[in-house]
Amino acid sequence: MRTNNMTPEWMDSEVSTGTSIMAVEFDGGVVVGADSRTTTGSYIANRVTDKLTKVADYIYCCRSGSAADTQAVSDIVSYHLDFLQSETQEPPLVRTAAHLFKGMCYQYRDQLSAGIICAGWDKKDGGQVYSIPIGGMCVQQPFAIGGSGSTYIYGYVDSVFKTGMTQEECMKFVTNSLALAMMRDGSSGGVIRLAIITQKGVERKVIVGSDIPRFYEG
Amino acid sequence: MSSIGTGYDLSASQFSPDGRVFQVEYAIKAVDNSSTAIGIRGKNGVVFAVENLVTSKLYEKGANKRIFSLDTHVGMAMGGLLSDARCLVDIARTEAANYRSQYGSPIPIKYLTDRVSMYMHGYTLYSAIRPFGCSIILGSYEDGQPSMYMLDPSGVPWGYYGIAIGKARQAAKTEIEKLNMQEMTCEELVKEAAKIIHIVHDEVKDKTFELELSWVGDMTKGRHQLVPDDIKAEAEKYAKESLAESDESEDEDMA
Repeated sequence: MRTNNMTPEWMDSEVSTGTSIMAVEFDGGVVVGADSRTTTGSYIANRVTDKLTKVADYIYCCRSGSAADTQAVSDIVSYHLDFLQSETQEPPLVRTAAHLFKGMCYQYRDQLSAGIICAGWDKKDGGQVYSIPIGGMCVQQPFAIGGSGSTYIYGYVDSVFKTGMTQEECMKFVTNSLALAMMRDGSSGGVIRLAIITQKGVERKVIVGSDIPRFYEG
Repeated sequence: MSSIGTGYDLSASQFSPDGRVFQVEYAIKAVDNSSTAIGIRGKNGVVFAVENLVTSKLYEKGANKRIFSLDTHVGMAMGGLLSDARCLVDIARTEAANYRSQYGSPIPIKYLTDRVSMYMHGYTLYSAIRPFGCSIILGSYEDGQPSMYMLDPSGVPWGYYGIAIGKARQAAKTEIEKLNMQEMTCEELVKEAAKIIHIVHDEVKDKTFELELSWVGDMTKGRHQLVPDDIKAEAEKYAKESLAESDESEDEDMA
């Protein structure tokens, strides 16, 4: 939908988090990770985006798809969880957050463009990862990948993943996978943001520049 | 403390000069006139026992039960007006089902109790409607923890380890207090509950009754169920034998 041929195409393009996102569960918590590129067409609107959004003290979501849609949905879920916490006087379950995401993404599936990974820690079931892709299905998985960049790393993650990894192994797994995705996907790039969620709380990390692992570059 | 509230008791929207809402108090009297129901919270679950009076031999057996399931994991016993309680059961079931649908988890009993009590309280505010004439006892077993709450017509919920409502509640309460319920399992408490109902039942005034027994806990894997027939039969046998024993010992004393 162009105004005229004089304006660049990014003036009229929707803002998207064409993305690489990932979350992995380990005994005691989860590691979530994302790239940091937000594009309007081919213009990088934000090269240091934070796509890891807090919805509750111990529950984060990774957002991919339309930036506006995912921000709106996670704001609403965050509100619901806060209200529930007020009423029950207990931190919400990850499963509850995922269910709320699913409810919204499914009900408004025709209007939304949102792919979400909801992950966190709760007292009842420990670390959990839930994948809520476009369309609004919800499935729990030991690890999940999402966003446009994820298509390039399906083979990699399937070959490297094993159950019973430690926190450090999970962090390495996420970092390497996202680095590979960011290298191949034009809509992914920037820095790697990580969040490690355990009973102790949330630890945030950023991996920048030369610290990002490098593989075959041609 | 009973007194008549002439002039201030015509609707729930009126306070009396000494700060009472008589309609709510009258509703509580409706509960006090019904037959007895008890709930006991043990170490590994909750047991309900209800004295269901049979006023005619022509009635179908097992009709008009006073114990309900509100969700797979929450049970309810009632005293007072049965049709009022049935209305609340519907509300509570809807609340529980909606919670499950919205949040993907079974409703915590504390939350359900809150919602039902808010609903009951709503009926104590207006002149156009009357308060619910029933008290309800909710019980559940969640994450290894038993919980039991009683809501009276005012809508106020209280958490209990042991509770009795209905005409013989004082006598039943005395019996319940004798038990060290927090250390007893449901398997033991089921027998004690049956015994208590048999003890407090008034043979002279009320003739026959059907005993309703239900439980929820470890032994039912968290599901609220009517106590299985064989265990119920054993509990009733224990109850009748204990009664017979105490009758005998009374006779001995008299001699």
